[in-house]
Amino acid sequence: MRRLVTAVAAALAVALLATACGGGGGGDDQAAQTIGIEWGEPENPLIPGNTTEQNGGDVIDALFAGLVKYDVNTADPSNEVAESITTTDNRNFTIRIEPGWTFHDGTPVTAQSFVDSWNWTAYGPNAAEAQSFMEKIDGYDEVSTEAPTAPTMRGLRVVDPQTFTVALTAPFTIFPLTLGYSAYYPLPQKFFTDRAGYEAAPVGNGEFRFESRTPNQSLTLVRNDQYAGSVRPQAQRLEFRVYSEIQTAYDDVVSGNLDHIRAMPSAALAGDRWRTDLGGGAHQKEGLVTDSLGFPLYDPRFANPDLRKAISMAIDRQAIVNQIFGGVYRPATGYATSAAEGFVPNQCGEFCTFNPQRAQQLLAQAGGFQGPLTLTANSDGGHDPYMQAVANSIRQTLGIDARYTPVPSFSEQRRLANDRGFTGLFRNGWQGDYPSIETFLTQLYRTDASTNDYGYSNPAVDAALSQADQAPDIASADQGYAAAERLVLNDMPNIPLWSRPVIYGNSARVAEAEHNPLNRQDTATYRLNPQG
Amino acid sequence: MGRYTLRRLLQLVPVFLGTTFIVYFLVWGLSDDPFAGKCGQRECSASYVAQMTERYNLDDPLIVQYLKYLGALLTGDFGQTFSGTEVSTLIATAYPVTIQLALVAVVIEALIGITAGVLTGLRGRGFVDNLVLVSTLVLIALPVFVTGLVLRQVLGVELGWIRTSVPADPTLGQLLVPGFVLGSLSMAYVARLMRTSLVENKRADFVRTAIAKGLPRRRVVGVHMLRNSLIPVVTFLGYDIGALMGGAIVTEGVFNIRGIGGLVFRGIQQQDIATVVGIVALLVIVFLLANLLVDLLYAVLDPRIRYD
Repeated sequence: MRRLVTAVAAALAVALLATACGGGGGGDDQAAQTIGIEWGEPENPLIPGNTTEQNGGDVIDALFAGLVKYDVNTADPSNEVAESITTTDNRNFTIRIEPGWTFHDGTPVTAQSFVDSWNWTAYGPNAAEAQSFMEKIDGYDEVSTEAPTAPTMRGLRVVDPQTFTVALTAPFTIFPLTLGYSAYYPLPQKFFTDRAGYEAAPVGNGEFRFESRTPNQSLTLVRNDQYAGSVRPQAQRLEFRVYSEIQTAYDDVVSGNLDHIRAMPSAALAGDRWRTDLGGGAHQKEGLVTDSLGFPLYDPRFANPDLRKAISMAIDRQAIVNQIFGGVYRPATGYATSAAEGFVPNQCGEFCTFNPQRAQQLLAQAGGFQGPLTLTANSDGGHDPYMQAVANSIRQTLGIDARYTPVPSFSEQRRLANDRGFTGLFRNGWQGDYPSIETFLTQLYRTDASTNDYGYSNPAVDAALSQADQAPDIASADQGYAAAERLVLNDMPNIPLWSRPVIYGNSARVAEAEHNPLNRQDTATYRLNPQG
Repeated sequence: MGRYTLRRLLQLVPVFLGTTFIVYFLVWGLSDDPFAGKCGQRECSASYVAQMTERYNLDDPLIVQYLKYLGALLTGDFGQTFSGTEVSTLIATAYPVTIQLALVAVVIEALIGITAGVLTGLRGRGFVDNLVLVSTLVLIALPVFVTGLVLRQVLGVELGWIRTSVPADPTLGQLLVPGFVLGSLSMAYVARLMRTSLVENKRADFVRTAIAKGLPRRRVVGVHMLRNSLIPVVTFLGYDIGALMGGAIVTEGVFNIRGIGGLVFRGIQQQDIATVVGIVALLVIVFLLANLLVDLLYAVLDPRIRYD
């Protein structure tokens, strides 16, 4: 017995020691000046050209400043690092850089920093995720393959340290507006000379500097007092904290352990609880995220546009939005969202309006539908409730056997898309890359475009998009895109469901912490309440 | 006992090889396109896929891939995740908190469970006995995530007594509630196991002999009854420690503890082979060692058990 008692006592002592050490919080003062932000582990090292997902993107946006910045409320573009972006033919652009910008390691931001960064992203063997953002630049085809025939794109030329020129393969009128996307950020010399050092401690030119990172736990940024932008950052320090469940992060914000949450758990949206819980800290604005249901046009059963429209008209969008999203989402009336420049309301007209009689009529015209209609989404993305509701709505309205058939993961969903393996409707989520109607069209509906998972091809649409790309000014380009959008909607390869607004929340400690309509954190606005 | 221990340690080798191979096979072998969801809604560029294929030796036959991986593992190289983070760094940051949480949970379940079991087992039917039976029934019936969410909501959000999430470097106090949640189910089993075991041993021959010898009650209960009744409980606790060292996906998720369970869960979701196989290899060893420890403890508890 004595042996047992000693064993238990020893085990206890070890347990207590193990938990006791490591405690102790460092510097309460520092904690008081830090804004804690809900975050997730990024998928790639923090390189602008190699990051297309939200978590990495949020940190990169705080670390870097681009040529163009989007207004926090309207998303209107304005020059940031660029002094001027000029063109005479919408194909050749001259970009002048404002003097005085430096990277966090003290080296100057020059024309070369941008040209090197873009060339790196486009270069095939670098396998950068944002590679296709460079595809409009002249010479992209030679450098983007696995075995490039040229080291750099001939369309990029450095004129002097403050100036470079960009030649595109074809006119693209809205090109300057797209330059706020993170793939177009500059890279410091350190990235090319000391890659491992850069990845361990990224160096940017933005309003915050990298301080430290613990993988799978947190990442800390400190204010960059040498920041050359027009809006000075206020917050002393930002701590991005990794959460595996958004509900925990939400409870942390409500009880004051965390300051900023980038989305809301569905339990908080129900019955508008988040507005009661967060009070003035609850924020919502129009965004660039849409949900839609695509048709596999490679399946002959879906060849008839009338059938596709009938299914679209059988979905009671408003009822689903009210029941599942607490009325926060907006039923779609087209592919673009109202936060995008060039948005035209009600492009879809009656075909996106719930109308049971007309839907049944169209279905009969199309000769009905044989067999079960499957709706597919990945069940790891929180899509189950609304996909179920959409399937019910179609079944009740049209009397066809519509079923929700989830796949386990996003990667499985993408594998089916890449292999052209869908046998029914599939869910699409799209986040616009820049605030223009074009971001909702070219990559999705042009023949063989990168996210044209439908196998959709309409020469008239391709022609309309090309024409809009080459329009003499932005206003007429936007009109051209809107016309192309109407053409696509008339074919209905993809059923618009709704747009998701940008939703985020702040704790009572925070005076201001805003997202722009692109759902990017505008960290220069982050500010704590003065402490009494 | 030395030779027995050595034999058991040698047995670890084939078990380790087998489990890691099965896990490796399951994660890589079952998907024809592991990079399908890696580039958002766009398809990944050919050069990205080519680079990743080379980095993880995906062009080799599965067995060659596995052997290359194993070779690196034996030299201490756990490999890198898709995002370029060293898996060993991930484990090093995640494991301490998992161990702390597991120990807190086991200590809580052992202390409360054994105490409750002894109280009810010795006294027999009565109010305390019924109370323990009903409360353990409730704990067994409740899934852990319900216990966790309810305690977080009530103690964290409504009353503000605890933090709703556990910070990166937790203190003992901050781990008490998560530890209780994690240990609650096993605590109920420990209490019931202890009670049954005591009640059975009450009528055992050696207890009657001890009483007949005229030993004081303290010694009869403390040495003869308790020590023998503890054997099934220790078996259970040993298994539990092994299981808890493997992380606790649900509890870690509820309290945002950045431990090993959540890490391996996300690794599986993202098909991050290096993370999954690396951690599983480690967990297999921990689990086997925990079981070995339990077997050795038997000899300490029960003089009738001898190895060699």
